[in-house]
Amino acid sequence: MPRETIAQFQIKRLEILTPQGEVDAELLPALSDSQFLKLYELLQLTRIADGRALSLQREGRLGTFPSSLGQEASQVGSAFALTAKDWVFPSFRELGVFLSLEYPLSQYYRYWAGDERGMLCPPEMNIFPINIAVGTHLLHAAGVAVGAQYRADPVVAVPYLGDGGTSKGDFHEALNIAGLYRLPLVAICQNNQWAISVSRKSQTATETLAQKAVAFGIKGIQVDGNDVLAVYQATREALDRARNGGGATFIECDTYRMADHTTADDARRYRDSTELDSWRDRDPLLRMQRFLEQRGLWDKAEQAVLEKTQQQQVDQAVAEAEAMPAPTAEEMFRYTCHELSSRQQEQLKECRDGSS
Amino acid sequence: MAVLNLVQAINQGLQQALAEDDRVLVFGEDVAANGGVFRVTEGLHEQFGETRVFDTPLAESGIVGLAIGLSVYGLRPVAEIQFLGFVYSAIEQIYTHAARIRTRSRGRFSCPLVIRTPYGGGVKAPELHEESSEAFFCHMPGIKVVVPSTPSNAKGLLLAAIQDPDPVIYLEPTRLYRLIKEEVVDEPYLTPLGKARIAQAGDQLTIIAWGSMLERSLRAARNYPAEVIDLLTLSPFDRETVLASVQKTGRLLIVQEAPKTGGFGAELAATVAEEGIMSLKAPIMRVTGYDVIPPLPLLEDYNLPSEERIVNAIEELLRY
Repeated sequence: MPRETIAQFQIKRLEILTPQGEVDAELLPALSDSQFLKLYELLQLTRIADGRALSLQREGRLGTFPSSLGQEASQVGSAFALTAKDWVFPSFRELGVFLSLEYPLSQYYRYWAGDERGMLCPPEMNIFPINIAVGTHLLHAAGVAVGAQYRADPVVAVPYLGDGGTSKGDFHEALNIAGLYRLPLVAICQNNQWAISVSRKSQTATETLAQKAVAFGIKGIQVDGNDVLAVYQATREALDRARNGGGATFIECDTYRMADHTTADDARRYRDSTELDSWRDRDPLLRMQRFLEQRGLWDKAEQAVLEKTQQQQVDQAVAEAEAMPAPTAEEMFRYTCHELSSRQQEQLKECRDGSS
Repeated sequence: MAVLNLVQAINQGLQQALAEDDRVLVFGEDVAANGGVFRVTEGLHEQFGETRVFDTPLAESGIVGLAIGLSVYGLRPVAEIQFLGFVYSAIEQIYTHAARIRTRSRGRFSCPLVIRTPYGGGVKAPELHEESSEAFFCHMPGIKVVVPSTPSNAKGLLLAAIQDPDPVIYLEPTRLYRLIKEEVVDEPYLTPLGKARIAQAGDQLTIIAWGSMLERSLRAARNYPAEVIDLLTLSPFDRETVLASVQKTGRLLIVQEAPKTGGFGAELAATVAEEGIMSLKAPIMRVTGYDVIPPLPLLEDYNLPSEERIVNAIEELLRY
């Protein structure tokens, strides 16, 4: 018997917008001018709100904070494609996703100031709380997708992860299940090239992360993660396919973490500044700005007005976050279970009243 | 009423839960066509179909993670882990997520799920098929731990666990699966969580046990004036029943098959030492498995508390 090729696979990459803001007209998503403007506004808002968080952290007004700098297009482009019915499972670096879905920024700040109430999701949206245990939440997305499939709801489950997350066992269990049950699930992987100090090349031997999808029998694609239009388009196509029974997709957004891992990290210890500089030319905001200018939708005056408006919006969110009264001891107990045990009730009394 | 063993009673409970509530889904490894390796889910796949009762890939963390997502979405998953010794890869999902999602989301999301699994020794099975790690889960705020001991309470506790708004670990004593038979009420009924049961009344000594050791303790205590408490729910446990009994008898023996150090018996002993010591006439005693790795079949009888060890402890306590 001869040796023969029994299966072959290809991985595609999607780019729509060049760093100079030139667009491939054939691939341009079917969005209106106001939607293009909205995308840009969200990119800009994410950057401003992120920068403010870093300032607040330095002033001791926020705790440890993971910056989204450089990853705005991956976050905004993907979240912009979602509907209000979809379920979102963030990791811990998704400020742009929260803002695109209109999650209250004041609550987001509150969470990073150390207050669980920041993750009380408003009833009109389905955003899971921030997940710190890397990669484990893909299974929850798979569970919601099984539920949506069982109820025949037009819901897609959308977990966010990073390049490091693809090394976790739960990533593999979840996407294997997603392939097997043909689940309505779209996993958005922000490959920002660094899992704290471990580079993408030290994380896995595979040439791309997107190709991992092949092993699960689901669709996989790599997109230019700094191209908000490419990220939007790839997510949109994956969501449509998922909603129409076409199964799950894994989207690798090729992007870069321009900041330290968190405010507790110093990336200069492990990565070269020339690498960082090389990514500055691919800034996701600049290219969208150039695209809008070329379409006659944007100029310097409008930029100045937007920045001022958004600074005020962020000021307002900070003020609201800091005006919240401190959480009480009662709140520490209240959500452990539906009904407190007799021992928990005694402990609450002790904690609140200072006696046992 | 029909005479059922533990397997049949749990099967009946699952069947009734599936029939009563279309939110209930049963899944795990080999639970569909095969009916589970102990046949606990036998016939359910045929009756309720692939969307209600289904096999999963061989992935325990995946099974629990799916249950978490399903429960948050409003369904009532009943997931099977084939043996308790296989749950370890899923402990991250249990403690990092199932236990915390209500807290983490400030009550917006919760996990009304049940994880059923056979546990415990005395069945001459391979490694990791006879674990008794119940104490791990009792140390996780947000998780309830239930251990049935008879066909009747197995059914009622299972139905109560499925209705409970929080995650419940439901541990099925493997040794008892086909050992005890009794009449079980045909209709669905609930045995409340958090309530212990007096399995034998007595006034000179209190024995607390659960699962397989309850059966063994009852045999050992049958000729003694011992009150035998069947704990049924380990977390949260029925402190009131325990303390009232110790107040009456003044002597306490705890029987558990798990290793002694850090076992759930230690929590019971500490509670009685804190809140009931003034009624004690004797030191609290524990008969437990040893602090060893659960052995393979040729050694397991050395490790599992025997009727003789329990009787010796009873005799010793009654001498005080």
